[in-house]
Amino acid sequence: MTEKHKLTVRSLRKTYGPVVALTDASLDLEEGEFLTLLGPSGSGKTTMLMIIAGLIQPDSGEVSIDGKLATYAPPFKRDIGMVFQNYALFPHMTVRENIAFPLRMRRVPDARIADEVKRVLDIVRLPQVADRLPRQLSGGQQQRIALARCMVYRPSIILMDEPLGALDKKLRDEMQLEIKNLHTELGITVLYVTHDQEEAMIMSDRICLMNDARIEQLGTPADLYFKPRSVFAASFLGESNLIDVTVAGTEGGRTAMRTADGTTLRAPLAAVPAGAAAKMMVRPERLHVLGPTDRADNVIEGALDQVIMVGGVTKYYVKLKGDRTVSATQLTQGPVGGIERGAKVRLGWAADSTVVLPT
Amino acid sequence: MTAAAASAFARPRRSWGRFLPLLPVLVFLGFLFLYPVGQLLWLSVVEKGSGDLTAAHYARLLAVPVYSKVLLITFETSAWCTLFCVLGGYPVAYLLATTGDKWRNNLMLLVLLPFWTSFLVRTFAWIVLLGRNGAINKWLQALGITDAPLGLIYNFAGVMVGMTHALMPLAIISMVSVMENIDANLPRAASTLGARGGQAFFRIYFPLSLPGVAAGGLLTFITAIGFFITPALLGGRQQIMITQVIIEQVQDLMNWSFGGAVSMLLLVSALFVFWLYDRALGMSTLAGGSPASQVGDRGTWLSRGFAWVGDLATAAIGRACDLAAVAWETVFPQRPDKPPVKIARGVLWATALSVVAFLAVPTFFIIPVSFTTEGFIQWPPKFFSWRWYDTVFESPTWIAAIVRSLTVATLSAGVAMLIGTPAAFFLSRQSMIGKTAMLGVILSPLIIPRIIIAVALFYFYAKLGLIGTNLGLILGHAVLAVPYVVVTVMAVLKNYDERLDQAASSLGANRWRTLWHVTFPLIRAGLIAAFIFAFVTSLDELTIALFVSGGLVTTLPKQMWDDALLKVSPTLAAVSTLLLIFVTFMILAAEYLRRRAVHK
Ligand SMILES: Nc1ncnc2c1ncn2[C@@H]1O[C@H](COP(=O)(O)OP(=O)(O)OP(=O)(O)O)[C@@H](O)[C@H]1O
Ligand SMILES: [Mg+2]
Repeated sequence: MTEKHKLTVRSLRKTYGPVVALTDASLDLEEGEFLTLLGPSGSGKTTMLMIIAGLIQPDSGEVSIDGKLATYAPPFKRDIGMVFQNYALFPHMTVRENIAFPLRMRRVPDARIADEVKRVLDIVRLPQVADRLPRQLSGGQQQRIALARCMVYRPSIILMDEPLGALDKKLRDEMQLEIKNLHTELGITVLYVTHDQEEAMIMSDRICLMNDARIEQLGTPADLYFKPRSVFAASFLGESNLIDVTVAGTEGGRTAMRTADGTTLRAPLAAVPAGAAAKMMVRPERLHVLGPTDRADNVIEGALDQVIMVGGVTKYYVKLKGDRTVSATQLTQGPVGGIERGAKVRLGWAADSTVVLPT
Repeated sequence: MTAAAASAFARPRRSWGRFLPLLPVLVFLGFLFLYPVGQLLWLSVVEKGSGDLTAAHYARLLAVPVYSKVLLITFETSAWCTLFCVLGGYPVAYLLATTGDKWRNNLMLLVLLPFWTSFLVRTFAWIVLLGRNGAINKWLQALGITDAPLGLIYNFAGVMVGMTHALMPLAIISMVSVMENIDANLPRAASTLGARGGQAFFRIYFPLSLPGVAAGGLLTFITAIGFFITPALLGGRQQIMITQVIIEQVQDLMNWSFGGAVSMLLLVSALFVFWLYDRALGMSTLAGGSPASQVGDRGTWLSRGFAWVGDLATAAIGRACDLAAVAWETVFPQRPDKPPVKIARGVLWATALSVVAFLAVPTFFIIPVSFTTEGFIQWPPKFFSWRWYDTVFESPTWIAAIVRSLTVATLSAGVAMLIGTPAAFFLSRQSMIGKTAMLGVILSPLIIPRIIIAVALFYFYAKLGLIGTNLGLILGHAVLAVPYVVVTVMAVLKNYDERLDQAASSLGANRWRTLWHVTFPLIRAGLIAAFIFAFVTSLDELTIALFVSGGLVTTLPKQMWDDALLKVSPTLAAVSTLLLIFVTFMILAAEYLRRRAVHK
């Protein structure tokens, strides 16, 4: 290893009998980074987190923390903090005792324990609950105490497994910002798990998209949104229009594709051989409803199916030949009207907004 | 719409009518349990002829040193037995609560089988194993470890082995039910926070499991102080327990009031133990709640004392374990590139499996003995003959006993189902004030020493002319079976998705049709399991049969008991084998059905 990452994961694999829970998983986490494992249920997120925490052991692969090999090191020797989905606060201990626990385990003197507990309680803005039991706290408060307990011993990485899963929407939004702020202010390194794409986009420096026990794509939120590398990635993050195409070849530095009805579409140069079947993806907000004289790199025609005004944006659903529907999202420009259902519309978009995906 | 109809829609089922399902159980237990027991207690404080209040019976109880001595022995024996049950049962319960489903279910079955197997059969098995000519003595001699047979039974050790074997499943089941509810993430969280195994266990898991230990200990203790089979068959003159005294007073000496006073003493002792428990931990822990001592200042002085000493002790033990682990690791360092050998888990498995073997294996020693050609029990048995089975089947007494037991078991289980099922439905689906207390009343026949119910029913039946009747037996056994039915059906309903019923009624089925066409078919397996448990309870029941049969009619356990008092013979071994096989089959069937019901 040439450079020193905070965390390095190489080719992890874990199976439960015939079930492959995780395979071929490799990633690096940098100091101070906020990396999110995002994926549908059963995609292996928890498995990966647990292996990194040392709570389950991989069948093969390696984990290094701070440059030190730790694949099979016990959890208590890893200098890792973990926040569980149900918080896992010790029900028979007060908040103070809960937070003091990791320090006790490290044989920190009592006087310092008291200071440290106060420090983190202030950070999570709950200094008044120190002597309560976990069950006397609200869900959001428990969440913050779990965070405090995890931060108090300054672990080199904090792992969080769907920490906001049990909270209602409003509280979740609040806590997202709070965790994000703590991350920025304290410079902690976080590996976060969620199956909520919006949450992942809001919080992460990078997202590791997982599907079916493997890593599908790893990159910044913008990478994943604008340059998805698979149909799964394109449809999991945000809305997308997917059209079946056949790659025609290279044309003026761009990849040309033909749809079933013979329309030619263009995209930035993609490494797909001519003649291959592929899918073309374009985000709804990149599509424009064209006037009769407007021109664009890519143009398709169809019949207007529905127009739905959702406050600031208006969605146009257009039925193409062959019954496929695409949607276009435009900023709402005054009261909607004018175009009727069934009317012929032309949709256009720039070649640069087009992504070619292997099927 | 009329006003009445409108209000009927506005306040659905608020009337007393909704309590109807509880009525049968209340009437039944009121008549056959609460009233007779109350009467027995009343009897112990009134003068025989005049009806004046008197403390004479109690005065006599205290004046004769023999009784206080017996009481002391009873408490001492029960305390030791409780200690062994909890210590031996803890690793098993822990393993059951923390291992995967597949292992868990099968291990649980190995714990449940002895739980349901007749105390009598199990006690006979110990005689086969531990007697002068028993298997263990013979093996010891064959191996040259001892020259002469050791006195393994008819002493304290014998009673202890027998009672621990009898009651440990109860302790295990109580502990598992609490441990199962401990979040598996807590020890994990502790280890990510820096706790080694010892600290994670003793500071986190162990304190949280204590309510289970306490509940298990309490039930074991209360059951133990009512024991008489084991001390009578495996103990000596020094191990007479209080229940034996009651039996003697009532059955042989016909001394009701005094028997009542002794029963009262037993009941008071039991209640005193409950009270202590409540002081120390709070009754709610019995139902799986967490100890009151943890709710800050609400705890009593006793509980706070416990908590303080407990904290220090567990922290110290945890620390000691970890120092040992550290020492081990300096000798055998652990490598981050190799999966670690899980020594602690291995030790746990080994311990738990030995305990399970102690519970499951000995009973089977009764089987080979039943095929001996000789007229007495000794090890190894001389094979091979069916003659003892022939003896059983040719004996009108045994046949009558078997037939009566099967009849009584079937009918009492039926009665218990009819009474218990509506109550279970009500308790698991409706809310009411004092639900816990109600459940407490329904479960109390299980909790208070059985001998008290037996003596109380004896007295009550005597006046109604029910002594020596099948009806008396059936009703008496139903009192014991109702709690099992309620608990089992409630457990099944807990897993039943009530939305199915709502779906059915939204599709136009009325309440009865819903119950009949949707609910019952879905929980049928669970209901059958409840029936089987009730059936087996009655089939194994001795205490009530002993009193209520009045020596006129006999059930299978009673016949076995009468025989055993004379001599534990190969005939008994044959009967025991039949019973063992039958009950095992029933329990396996019930367990199979229960699993199907739960995993729907
Ligand atoms: N202890 C286990 N035994 C058997 N299979 C398991 C076990 N733990 C996980 N699996 C399987 O491994 C796969 C990955 O599970 P994992 O818990 O990592 O998913 P996840 O991405 O965290 O999902 P979720 O969003 O639902 O939490 C799943 O198919 C799951 O059924
Ligand atoms: Mg998960």
